[in-house]
Amino acid sequence: MFAFAVRRITQAIIVMLVIGLLGFSIKQKIGDPVRDIVGVSVSVAERDALREKLGLNDPFPVQYVRFIKNAVHGDLGMSFFFKRPTLEVILAKAPATLELVFASSLIIILLSIPLGIYTAINPRNMPSRIIMGGSIVGVSIPVFLTAIILIYIFAVELHWLPSYGRGETVNIWGWESGFLTLDGLKHLILPSIALSSIMLPLFIRLIRSEMMETLETEYVKFAWAKGLSRWRIWFLHAFKNTLLPVITVGGVQLGILIAYTILTETVFQWQGMGFMFLEAVERSDTSLLVAYIIVVGALFVVVNTIVDIIYGLVNPTIRITGRK
Amino acid sequence: MKQWKRFKDSYFLHSFKHDRVAIASFVVLLTLILLSILAPAIAPHNPYDTSSIDIMDAEIPPSWMEEGNPDFILGTDIQGRDLLSTMLYGMRLSVMIGCGAVALQAIIGIFIGMISGYMGGKVDAFLMRIADVQLSFSTLMVAIMISAIFQVAFGVGRYEELAVPLLVLIIGLAEWPQYARTVRASVLGEKNKEYVEAARVIGLSSRRIRWRHILPNTMSPVLVISTIQVANAVMSEAALSFLGLGMPVTKPSLGSLINSGFEYIFSGSWWITLFPGILLVVFVLVINLLGDWLRDVLNPKLYKG
Amino acid sequence: MGHLLEVKDLEVKFALRMGDLTAINGVSFTLDRGERLGLVGESGAGKSVTGFAIINLISKPGYISGGSVIFDDRDLTGLTGEGMRHIRGNLISMIFQDPMMTLNPVLTIGTQMVETLQAHMNISRKDAEHIALEKLRMVQIPSPEKRLQQYPHEFSGGMRQRIVVAIALLADPALIIADEPTTALDVTIQAEIMELLLELCKSEGTGLILITHDLAVVSQVTQKIAVMYAGKIVEAGLTEDIIDNPLHPYTQGLIKALPDGRNPGTRLNQIPGVMPSLIDIPPGCSFHPRCTIRGDICRYESPALREIPGYRNMAACHMLGLKKEPTEKDRAE
Repeated sequence: MFAFAVRRITQAIIVMLVIGLLGFSIKQKIGDPVRDIVGVSVSVAERDALREKLGLNDPFPVQYVRFIKNAVHGDLGMSFFFKRPTLEVILAKAPATLELVFASSLIIILLSIPLGIYTAINPRNMPSRIIMGGSIVGVSIPVFLTAIILIYIFAVELHWLPSYGRGETVNIWGWESGFLTLDGLKHLILPSIALSSIMLPLFIRLIRSEMMETLETEYVKFAWAKGLSRWRIWFLHAFKNTLLPVITVGGVQLGILIAYTILTETVFQWQGMGFMFLEAVERSDTSLLVAYIIVVGALFVVVNTIVDIIYGLVNPTIRITGRK
Repeated sequence: MKQWKRFKDSYFLHSFKHDRVAIASFVVLLTLILLSILAPAIAPHNPYDTSSIDIMDAEIPPSWMEEGNPDFILGTDIQGRDLLSTMLYGMRLSVMIGCGAVALQAIIGIFIGMISGYMGGKVDAFLMRIADVQLSFSTLMVAIMISAIFQVAFGVGRYEELAVPLLVLIIGLAEWPQYARTVRASVLGEKNKEYVEAARVIGLSSRRIRWRHILPNTMSPVLVISTIQVANAVMSEAALSFLGLGMPVTKPSLGSLINSGFEYIFSGSWWITLFPGILLVVFVLVINLLGDWLRDVLNPKLYKG
Repeated sequence: MGHLLEVKDLEVKFALRMGDLTAINGVSFTLDRGERLGLVGESGAGKSVTGFAIINLISKPGYISGGSVIFDDRDLTGLTGEGMRHIRGNLISMIFQDPMMTLNPVLTIGTQMVETLQAHMNISRKDAEHIALEKLRMVQIPSPEKRLQQYPHEFSGGMRQRIVVAIALLADPALIIADEPTTALDVTIQAEIMELLLELCKSEGTGLILITHDLAVVSQVTQKIAVMYAGKIVEAGLTEDIIDNPLHPYTQGLIKALPDGRNPGTRLNQIPGVMPSLIDIPPGCSFHPRCTIRGDICRYESPALREIPGYRNMAACHMLGLKKEPTEKDRAE
């Protein structure tokens, strides 16, 4: 187990360095750090002097190493638009996105497990067919369209729920949370439903297909032959085996949820990282752009590594022998 | 002729004829594709002809409603273009970009997958690591990032000019890992079969063995994922356009239309978003349904996506 | 008299899109307390299905379409799910073929044993573990206390099958159905496991139905044999009678086909042809196309299992017990 974990973490670090390199190269080619710091109305001579001072005329590898060193210390450059360090800007917006992702994940897990198990045990009855039919339709509707439809029905027509923004938030040690106020929660409902709409069908189908395979195995048959109760067979013997592949695929998908937040946040004007990213694109704020890519890249790598390690813990074959 | 007879007698066709959903989906898909190809011929107006567009015509509701105009069956968008025509042209763009992107992904992915599977060892491990990492980022994220960078690098104007080929490139680059992994899995399975060994014994070159012998046998899973990938490509393009990173407002695809119509929902012009939305969903839905059916018919356990 | 188990005219069908296929066509046999019966035949003959039918565990789309399974004076075919559940693992246990697949890879041995006991009686975990340890010792697994915490993949094939035997014995069942229990194991281990099973059945007084294609094993372990072919029993009787004096041409063929240790290097005898699949069962006697003593009646009338005058075995054959006409076989000799 230990060897396994070490290997995964080493891989993670390598990937991070590669992402850093990509981000850095982009910055070099497109960005203009001088402009980021002093703006546009500055003389050529002053710019050149500043370039020299910032070490922007040094060879590529030297600058790269400097970049990595700075990054590790939390310095990812300055945002041209916000006139603040990029990391600061990102961290300020992160809670919004993370809470959204959390709420959606909750919905997905709470709904997909029972629905997936149910449709696996009763593959051909009417409710199952409706669920499966609904899930194909769900997968075919893009996130942003679902979001728009939800807004139209619940906000514009029915006026039950708000249509944009986060509502009231409470600041806990720097984390702006919308979970603690009723208003905040109300604002969270539509976006998280919209965000989960793409992943929910996927998870239901995933759990269902894995579960159906598991139900056909010899050991499940043996469990029936031992006279165990149905519930124990379904939820312990079968489901525990389903968990393993579901965790690997699912874990990665949860990370992918972050990509879809960009779409959702745009529709709901949700002040999170995704929304910030688009604004950065519009304003050609390269530093912020690159910083976002690096931060999100890091997030993906961390999530994937954690998922791999959790998989190693849950799967006894790896846990005991360390092999894979 | 013999091929055709084999096809006619095959389980494939038999299963198709008996699956109502598959038939219905196929018919709808064919209709949509035909409509989009013929768009220039059948659209009542030409949405790209700036001279025929009058801004005063903007936001007219569908013809069956009170303020509707029979000239514009489904109403007009915010620039005064006929919605139906723009939708047809938009779907055409989606089909073009979708197919183009999938062709690109397939070429890159099959090539890499084949090399990776056939050579094995370090090459394989390296290539698949890259594929895995890129996959873990989700292709949408990769597409968004690449297009964001391109847009900042080229500037908005230039970007919009080159939008179609750029989108094909972006989506093609973002999604090749899917093909690579599928082909690689197939190749690994085929590599150890006897016909490969026989070919080697005869003295055929590796390259020939790879492309002329193994490749045809890996086509079945490639076909299955191709349908789903087209659906994904269309969705990705719609998403990019919605975000403003795709087709520009002057040559809108369905995604850009939905985007432009979004702000006007609150003021009541719901049709600008709804109709393109419905068309997009129906289009992607039938592709998904066909893909599902194809997967069940060709190999039930192959693609768990 | 009260047999422990009486299977009467059992019929099992498979409901397929093209129609129903008969897998078991009227199988009958009895088993008394502590008796050991061998159910012998080739793959596809229906022996496993019979075993599963007894505890009503046939995989869909199979179902019991007729006959009865009377266990301890109760007809099992009429029982509901909950009723059957109390029998399985409790009064009748089953051992499957491949111990690698039989044990759940993500649960400890301890869990898999304790749950069996807890499913059938009100017993604490401690007490259940006690019993589990006792059974593990019975199957000669060293340091059983450690084993409870371990996972299936930490054991060898032979050990795993011993554990499966231990699980089968947990609730002290009256009957164990063993479906090819040693086929998936190494040859050297096969003998050990079979001996173990035999010893335990004898000492605990447990009935055993041994389902196998291996005549050699059956001759060492069982007291009675029923030979199955294409879904029917074609010969039944005491083990020594069947082995020493097989009556049915198929059984004779099976015995003859065993390698003869006394004459090494001689050709193996084969029964020409193959056993028909479910879809193509020939009319009349299912064995007639391959039979050396067939007569005209065999082509259109299916023989019933009956006592053959002058012998203790029962066989399903028209030609047996008739006046001795010279048959093809006799003529060839």
